[in-house]
Amino acid sequence: MTALLEVEDLDVSFRTEEGVVRAVDHVSFSLQRGELLGIVGESGSGKSVTALSLMGLSRGPNASFSGRVMFGDLDLLTAAERQLERVRGRRIAMIFQDPMTALNPVHRVGDQIVEQIREHEGVSRRRALDRAVELLDRVGIPRARDRARAYPHEFSGGMRQRVMIAMALSCSPEILIADEPTTALDVTTQAQILAEIDKLRRDSGVGVILITHDLGVIADVADRVVVMYAGRVVEQGSLADIFYDPRHPYTWGLLGSVPRLDRARPARLPTIPGSPPSLLHPPAGCHFAPRCAWRFEACSGVPELSADDPEHTEHLGRCWLPLGLARARRVVDGSIGLPVAAAGDRAGTSSTA
Amino acid sequence: MARFLARRLASSVLVLFTVSVLTFLIFEVIPNGNPALRLAGRTATSANIAAVEKAYGFNKPIYIQYLRTMGQIFTGKIVSYAQNLNVLSQLKQDLPVTASLVLGAAVLWTLLGILFGLVAGLNAGGKIDTGITVLNFVGISAPSFVIGYVLIYFLSFKFHVFPSSGYVGLSDPLGWADHLVMPWFSLAILYTGIYAQVLRASVVDTLGEDFVRTARAKGLSRRRVVIHHVLRTSLTQIVSLCGLDIAAVLGGSAIIIEVVFNLPGIGNYAAQSIGALDVPPVLVITMFGAFAVVVFSTIADVIYAVLDPRVRAGSSL
Repeated sequence: MTALLEVEDLDVSFRTEEGVVRAVDHVSFSLQRGELLGIVGESGSGKSVTALSLMGLSRGPNASFSGRVMFGDLDLLTAAERQLERVRGRRIAMIFQDPMTALNPVHRVGDQIVEQIREHEGVSRRRALDRAVELLDRVGIPRARDRARAYPHEFSGGMRQRVMIAMALSCSPEILIADEPTTALDVTTQAQILAEIDKLRRDSGVGVILITHDLGVIADVADRVVVMYAGRVVEQGSLADIFYDPRHPYTWGLLGSVPRLDRARPARLPTIPGSPPSLLHPPAGCHFAPRCAWRFEACSGVPELSADDPEHTEHLGRCWLPLGLARARRVVDGSIGLPVAAAGDRAGTSSTA
Repeated sequence: MARFLARRLASSVLVLFTVSVLTFLIFEVIPNGNPALRLAGRTATSANIAAVEKAYGFNKPIYIQYLRTMGQIFTGKIVSYAQNLNVLSQLKQDLPVTASLVLGAAVLWTLLGILFGLVAGLNAGGKIDTGITVLNFVGISAPSFVIGYVLIYFLSFKFHVFPSSGYVGLSDPLGWADHLVMPWFSLAILYTGIYAQVLRASVVDTLGEDFVRTARAKGLSRRRVVIHHVLRTSLTQIVSLCGLDIAAVLGGSAIIIEVVFNLPGIGNYAAQSIGALDVPPVLVITMFGAFAVVVFSTIADVIYAVLDPRVRAGSSL
């Protein structure tokens, strides 16, 4: 089965006043029909730029791109704006992080959905509005016909995100890109929205790319996971691969810093020491090396994204540590994590590896 | 809506009262302001002057004079000292001229301002943007009478394109427009520059808004994104500016242009009356200007609320 979307060696750089920022660095992944792919990473890891670039929304006079984003026969990276306009909203739809600002405050929500439907399909206003009401009803907005006439400020955050989802679904897209769709919402609403997205892809077979910094969200719904750090993919694999057999120390750190209810409460919540590198002046080798407790000489070179376990060829990691050593080192106090000590203290000992 | 309008009406009464008192007092303290001297004529004796003072009530306390004058204004019987003509009928006669000048100029500066501001904002940082910004600042810095005289010099005396002065009523639409083109431009250039700069800033801000990204992600054409999302949202600022500026021009800036182009409007009337220290017309015109400010800012607020639903929810409109 051919992939719905195939991203090959995507590279995105922005020219800024201080220099060139390489926001996305040779990122490759694919998305299958009905699959939910999670992209995890912290702010600045390049996950949102990746998502925007898939739809040509990060284009600008200072942006440059290389690689390919194949959607059927169309390379979305080089497609003309006219071609993209026919893909956006109709075949690939997007939900954004902040539902408070993502809707235009001066238009009724129903009209904003109608606008999208009519841009892509030659239906009457009345028919489009009927469809919009139906969609709003389907994503759980009560009294949808009345609410379609309301303005965004008359909705709560969760309800606005439902409106965004309804809008994204209005032309039955093949791919749904959700960029931190639940980050701005409270926990209960978060769960409802996630359940909504999960239900959708099961019902309609839409492929979903879910971008988040929240591993809890990923654990709930993702089939496969891409972990990004400072513009690069550091690890990718199935949900089980990432959660039970993580390859990369950054993934260990992420997993180790998730608060657990089933263990004794630690004195301090574990964190990954240091902060992500500036993409203006990234470290020469592995981007994570300066924060890594286990770095050694090899880390001054960029590791390949490779499958180390011959039984799991789909599970790729970008780390110099041999598989056996990695599996031994990732266990801290009985669970996966990074050592609590500051990275600097460990530098001497880890270099003997 | 009714409560909003009632509140505005009440505030306009307060504004008119304050403005009229201030204007009245200014003429009271101006040296050589005693109108009886001029009314009595050049060869008047002190007895004549006293008779005039008595006849007009200038010997009464100032608040009596004020109340008397206000009474005359609101019963429509106010008469100018200099020409002994009814001020309100004079005003009625001049109003179409000033309204033609101001409203025409307002349409011109709003359209041009939106056009320049939008083009500059969409090309922010580029050569077109820089060019428009320079033009805007030239327009903002150049005094309107200078622009007026430059236009008269080139387009009337040198090349005879437009008439240099005078006014033709709307019964002859072509003559009307022909006589007003240069005044319109002279008056509009300043505001075109301001509006273009305001809209440019607003467009640049709006382009960075999440909802514009959403609009693009929906697959809307660039044209639709620009008009329905960027411009539509930026317009609210322009509308509120427009209300106040029309009022300000009606009550003030039009004076200069009407004098430059010799248009027989309210501004010209005001200029002549001020020169003659003729209190009644000045008082009425000042109050008219203040009233215009209240009315147009109310209209602007109503339109603002129509354009921006968030304002509607927040106020009692």
